[in-house]
Amino acid sequence: MASLQSLMMRILYAAILLIAVLVLNFSMMHMAPGDVADTISQSMGGADQELLDQIRADYGLDQPFLVQMGRYIGNVLQFDLGYSFFYNKPVTELILQRLPATLLLVFVAQILALFIGVILGVISARKPNGIASHFVTILALFGYSAPVFWTGILLLIGFSLKIQLFPVAGMRDVTIEGGFWVHFIDVARHMVLPVITLGSIFLALYSRLSRATMMEVLGSDYVRTAKAKGLTERQVVYKHALKNSLSPVITLAGLQFSAVISGAVLVEAVFSWPGLGTLAFQSIIARDTPTILGILFFSALVVIVGNLLTDLALRLVDPRVRSKG
Amino acid sequence: MSTNPLIPKDNVPIARHPAAEAWEMFRRNHAAMVALVVLSAIVLVAIFGPYIYPIDPFDMVWAPFSPPGVDGFILGTDYLGRDLLAAIIHGARVSILIGLAAALMSVFIGVTVGALAGFYRGWVEEVLMRITEFFQVLPTLLFSMVIVALFGASLPMITFAIGIVSWTAVARITRSEFLRIRELEYVTASRASGTKNSKLMFKVILPNALPPIIVQAALMVGSAILFEAGLSFLGLTDPNVVSWGQVIGSNRQYILDAGYTVTIPGIAIFVTVLAISLVGDGLNDALNPKLRQR
Repeated sequence: MASLQSLMMRILYAAILLIAVLVLNFSMMHMAPGDVADTISQSMGGADQELLDQIRADYGLDQPFLVQMGRYIGNVLQFDLGYSFFYNKPVTELILQRLPATLLLVFVAQILALFIGVILGVISARKPNGIASHFVTILALFGYSAPVFWTGILLLIGFSLKIQLFPVAGMRDVTIEGGFWVHFIDVARHMVLPVITLGSIFLALYSRLSRATMMEVLGSDYVRTAKAKGLTERQVVYKHALKNSLSPVITLAGLQFSAVISGAVLVEAVFSWPGLGTLAFQSIIARDTPTILGILFFSALVVIVGNLLTDLALRLVDPRVRSKG
Repeated sequence: MSTNPLIPKDNVPIARHPAAEAWEMFRRNHAAMVALVVLSAIVLVAIFGPYIYPIDPFDMVWAPFSPPGVDGFILGTDYLGRDLLAAIIHGARVSILIGLAAALMSVFIGVTVGALAGFYRGWVEEVLMRITEFFQVLPTLLFSMVIVALFGASLPMITFAIGIVSWTAVARITRSEFLRIRELEYVTASRASGTKNSKLMFKVILPNALPPIIVQAALMVGSAILFEAGLSFLGLTDPNVVSWGQVIGSNRQYILDAGYTVTIPGIAIFVTVLAISLVGDGLNDALNPKLRQR
């Protein structure tokens, strides 16, 4: 019961954070030089002061700051993020078209990095001087220092251009026809390089932390007890120790969601992945302010939902979190 | 053990300057020493390079796509026939300048927020930590992109955009150090003798909280350089200066014909950030010797 209540508190808090993002969004839009009226008049090839005033009155831009902000927040809560004059579409529609591609990339990269990272961490914790352990150390150095877009381009040169193993760009091949599985394999083939590029940074992070926590857990009393009971090494590691070493790694993964999305923006730009990052890039070049701010809002939403999911995952893995509430 | 330089031969402990001791510890980390030499070389190139190699990186000096070493251009030319070596040398300035300035800004914000939160506790801490969490929810790169896109791509604005999203880690570290140190006896003694709050915070507590902050600050220079490279790769950069990320971004359509135009600036970024992170590692050893012995 207490745990349900604390979960409700988390959700309420997440909602407050989202409104704060909207306030920031609107304030930035307000402070930035140029407004909707300027954009419209530019697309018409200029307008006189009278017409500009007319447009501002039509869009409510002559109202006081707080009134405008209240209306903006009210609109967003009804999923109306404004209208993109560059794409001639409502921003919400535009974003919802692109969101699935980004979610696919972000979640697959996160889950794979987490999964492989924990396995690598366990293997290298059992043999601190083995190959896996050295690999984790080198990967951590490389993952921190190499710019993600550069890694992506190198992979692109290596595995799409020199050896033509994977497609160069995009998410699907429009010329392919067939059933679900044909398309599934097509998208999977397009995803390999972007996922490796994005996932490798976080793989480095997770495997290093997982190695550290696993080594700590393996040195603890209850593990010694389990060994003394006569359980095999394998049983001790995978049945007893692993479960307890997971929660710091999952906590870290939850904190990384905002970094993963930032990385995804660059990875999308390299591989022309049709997601939010590419949209952000295009709308920034086009100075399409409503779209840019809409993307910032939606990506903050993804981070917040990601954090909530992490919280849920932690409750499943670690009973201590549940009882603490 | 008379070979240990930290213990004098006659076994009488002498007071040594803490900086000298830290340097001793730093020197024992060989990777960090090599990295320090590399980093110094890069900084020297950034400062003096443009005078020694006075070719304008915007000048079209030769035929496009002349490979490295051919026709007298050590690193070759790009898609417009501009000298790549000149771009690398001039780009070093931008990378290091923005890296340092943005790290400085985020240390300043982070230390202020963390110190106030850890020192005053109560509602001050509550409010400041909520603000910190708010900044952690915004995807850093997207937020910086929005700032640069809305308010213009000048070097100060880019520095601001990087600094404003990077301070949260410093704030958290500073706060936890303050929470620990404020309970120590020497702080209580100082408080009892009537020291003012501002002096307590910045003269009594802060000096002892500095070591982990310095290590974090060093790492932050590296991530700020990566950050700037990402922004300029996307074209969000001051059009009047050359930067490494921007060279990669503008040459990326030609990777099939001239991979080196992308590979070389990437190596420059990689080596610089790697050197900074290894030096940070060495600083960690030097400033937290207890941690090292564990």
